[in-house]
Formats: sequence, structure tokens, C-alpha cells
Amino acid sequence: MSVIALPQAESARRRAGPHWTVLLVRRKTTLAGAILMALMLLLGILAPLIAGDPAHMDVSGRLAAPGRAHWFGTDDVGRDVWSRVVYGARLSLLVGAAVVALSFVVGIVCGVVAGYYHRLDNVVMRVMDGLMAFPAIVLAIALMAALGPSVVNVIVAIAVVYSPRVARVVRGSVLVIRETAYVEAARALGASDVILLARHVLPNCMSPVIVQGSFTFAASVLTEAALSFLGVGVPPYVPSWGVILAEGRLYIQQAPWLVLYPGVAIMLTIFGLNLFGDGLRDLLDPKIRGLATERQRAA
Amino acid sequence: MKTYIARRLLALVPVALVVATVAFVLIHLAPGDPASVIAGPDASAADVQRIERQLGLDAPLPVQLVRWFGRLARGDLGESIFLRKPVTEAIMDRVEPTLLLTLFAIAISIVIGVPAGVLSARYHNTATDQVLMVIALLGVSIPNFLLGLLFILFFSVWLGWFPVAGYSPLEYGWLKTLRSLVLPAFALGLVQSALIARIARTSMLDVLREQFITAGRAKGLGEPAVIYKHALKNAMIPTVTIIGISFAILISGAVVVETVFNIPGLGRLIISAVLRRDYPVIQGVVLCIAGMYMLINLAVDFSYMLFDPRVKYQ
Repeated sequence: MSVIALPQAESARRRAGPHWTVLLVRRKTTLAGAILMALMLLLGILAPLIAGDPAHMDVSGRLAAPGRAHWFGTDDVGRDVWSRVVYGARLSLLVGAAVVALSFVVGIVCGVVAGYYHRLDNVVMRVMDGLMAFPAIVLAIALMAALGPSVVNVIVAIAVVYSPRVARVVRGSVLVIRETAYVEAARALGASDVILLARHVLPNCMSPVIVQGSFTFAASVLTEAALSFLGVGVPPYVPSWGVILAEGRLYIQQAPWLVLYPGVAIMLTIFGLNLFGDGLRDLLDPKIRGLATERQRAA
Repeated sequence: MKTYIARRLLALVPVALVVATVAFVLIHLAPGDPASVIAGPDASAADVQRIERQLGLDAPLPVQLVRWFGRLARGDLGESIFLRKPVTEAIMDRVEPTLLLTLFAIAISIVIGVPAGVLSARYHNTATDQVLMVIALLGVSIPNFLLGLLFILFFSVWLGWFPVAGYSPLEYGWLKTLRSLVLPAFALGLVQSALIARIARTSMLDVLREQFITAGRAKGLGEPAVIYKHALKNAMIPTVTIIGISFAILISGAVVVETVFNIPGLGRLIISAVLRRDYPVIQGVVLCIAGMYMLINLAVDFSYMLFDPRVKYQ
């Protein structure tokens, strides 16, 4: 009797186990990442309340050192660096979130189509391979050259760069899941392709995609900053960390704060995202720990 | 093995076709008529027509695409609109600093990354490991252009050890070249070494769990012999792959870092071409870098065969 009761007791205990959010923040490094991300999110959301107008120029107070009036100092035309960094957080988060959303939509559709319909696999994946044969930043620069500088175009260009990577992850999972017994059972019961994909295949291949999403977010924040720094990203009047750095670079001797503060903001954001992403990966996708994700990050 | 190599080379063809098509499409992605976009807002109608003829934009699109492939097959990347010389020539003029910078950076990333990763795995879950890995994670979180700016601030502006920016070509002596590349190469290489360290650690930890390691310890081998003779050799296989991939990443990283240090390489070339809407140069540089990227990835795949005889290729 007790032999039979044992597994039941165990499964009951598992059901009463901690919520996944508790599991996620139990590790100190993941918690630190979550806190950093929450801070940036708060900065971005509260920007109009905690910062002044990022475009307001005060030429008489140009290149002022950090002080009580201007926490992070002022730039070469007297704009408040704190306000610009805070609004920069807003832009970075917007770009990151939009790129993740867009590349998820494109990547999931392409990945599912390639993985589920054998006939289309070759065509779709060769196009994805071709796009991935360009180094990320180089393709983004080339696309920006064609599209012209604007926030929307930056989002589109970076999404084009990262969608194939999502597609590859999705395709890999779909290839495995379409062969499972439960998918075959559902098909035998007469489920249509759409139902099969939406109810059975997709939900089961989301874990690696979500993990990929956290890395894509970090990569898009970095790419936007790099593009804007190079002068081919958002237009110069938009407060972006990359733009602030590019302008600050010219005054690095007289006004190092122009480089230091936006730089620290970028670092903390990416650091937080990486910490959180690692935790997410360990929780959702323990199988691909290690080398595979390092390669994902590298790509 | 021969068939594997042949198959891999053959698989490159469709990818190369897609790459060439993407480069071709770039010029047509711009909203409006490409010739007038290139000519700029204040160009005369004659200028627009000249550019249209020069770039062959007056032909129907499929004809243009076929001509484009034909030219690429002959190694002709067209003529720069602004520099008024062949794009291949413009690229050859600029390739030296980019290649040197990349090589220098890869050397730095290996010399720092591999030992850090091995050390971290050797002292797994100790303070050494944790400190090294937090540093490495910080390293992957710093964009290379930002690290470059911070280096300029600390080492050039505050300490005055290195030139603030600029590049000294090889013909003026390699020592000067080396000096001008120290900061940019470290900015690039350190970020990459963080990645290599993380990989080296993971693959080392994987190897240390293998049975032959236990066997080595059981027969009384000292810990250094186990780590450096038996484990390291096997852990190097994935690490070498990543070093190859890093090389490709670093070439594109160089494109960004060159701007920080005002180095006249491929990166400056493409950025100035973007700002001048010099599409033939943009297409040429993009193709050139993508080509290098593909060849290096291929070489990495082939090197896998040499390093890991266990892997069977049909």
C-alpha cells in the first residue's frame, strides 16, 4: 500500500511547489538582473516625471560639470545629460521590446512554416541562412543606409537581422515536436494543421524562443546604441544613448561625464538583461545550458 | 570526408546567391527612385540621369539582377560614385587596418580568454570562479565602442600613454602601427575574451565530467596532469570553433571600433559611404565582409574535422 502511495504523495508535493517566478528570482544573480531591469523600466516609464525636457538647450550653461542643478552635467549645447539619459532608457527599451515582438512574429511564422511543411523548409531556411551570413551590425548598417534614419527604421532593420535567429530556434523545436506521439494523436483525431500548430506544436516550443528573446532584447539595445553612435541609427535629435555618446566623444577631454553616464546606463541595462537571461535559460531550458546558448549569444 | 567537403562547398552556393541578392536589393529598398536618392535633394536632372546610366538603373529589374550576378562573377563591384574609382580598389586601400586590428584583437582574446576559462573550471564554484565569471559577464555586457571610449578617456586623456586616435600605416614601421592599434585591439579583444572564457569554462567543465578524467585521477595522476594534459586538449575542440567564429565577429566589431579611434579601415569606408549615399561602396563592403564571414565559418567547420576525429562525416 505504501509503495503505491509514495509516488502520489510526491506528485502532490510537486504540485504545491513554488511558483515559477519564485524559482526564477531565487538565484541571487537572476534577482539582481531582474532588479536592474525593473529600475531601467521604471526610469523609462517615469521619464516625464523625473527628468526635464531632453531637448531644452541652455547655451550659457554648456558643458557644466555634474552638480545640484544638473545631476549628470550638461552637454555642448547646454542640454541636461540626466534628462537625456533617462529618455535614452525609454528609447532603448522601446527599441528592444519592439524588435523582440517583431522578430518573434516573423521568426515564429517562418520557423513554423519551415519546420512543419517539409516542402518549404529548404527555401525558407536558405533565405534565413543568407541573412545570417551577414554579420549583424554590418547588415543593420546596410539596411539603415537604404531605409534612412528614423526610430521605426532602426526597429525594422534590427528585427530583420534577428528574425532569422528566432526562426532557426523555432524550426529546430518544431522538427522535434511534430514527431511526438501527442501530435500524431491529435492529427489522428482529425485536428486541422492550424489547430495542431496553435494548440499543440507552438506552446511546446516556446521555452527556447523565450530564452532567445532575452538575448535578442540585449542585442537590439546594443545594436541600436551602436548604429546611433555611428550616425546611421536614430536621427540626431532623438535622445539615444548612442547619440549622446557620439556627441560626447568630441568633448571627452573637457566633459568626460558626457561619455561616462550614458555608458554606465548601457552597461547596467545589458548586464541586467544578461543576468536575467541566464536565469531564464536555466529555468526554462536546462537542456541547452552552456555551449549552445553561448553560441546563441555569439550569433 | 571528400564528399563532406564537396557538399559543404555546394551548400554555400544558395547562401551566396541570397547574400548577393540582398546586397542587390539594398539599392532598391530606399523609398523613391534610387538614382535621385543617391544624387541627393539638390542634384540636377542631368546628374540623376548620369547616375542612372552609370549604375544601369534604367534597365528592367530582372535584367539588372542578371547583370549584377554577371559582374560579381567577374569580381567587378562597380565604381564608387563619390570616390570616382573602382569599389574593389577602394576596399583594397582600406583593408589593411581592419585586418591587422582583427588579428591583434583575436590574439588578445585568446591569450586572456582561454586561461581565464580554464582557471574558472579548475576552481569550479569557488570564489575564483565566481569573480572571473562576473567579470566575464560584465565583459559581454560592455559594447566594444563604449570600452574604446573609456580606454581613450583613461589611457590617452588622463594618463597620456597612447595616442587619442588615428592609425599609423605599416609602411611607417610596424611598431608605430602596433602602438596605434593597442587601445582599439584591447577594446575589441577584451569583450571577445569574455565570451571565449565562458565557452572555455563550459567545455572544460563538460570534459571534467567524462569518465577518462575519473580514470586518470583513479590511476593516481596529479591534478595538474589531469587538467592541463588530458582535459585541456579535449576542451579545446569547442573553444577553437568559437575562436573561429570570434574572428568573424571581430571583423564586424572592427567596423564600429574604427569609428571610435578614427582608423581608416573598412568600417570608416562603409559609414562614410552611408552618409554620402554611395551605394556601390556600401554594397561592395557588405559583400566583402559577408564573404569573409562565410569563408571563415567554412574554415571553422573544416577545422572541426581535424580537431575531433570522433566526428564522422559522410
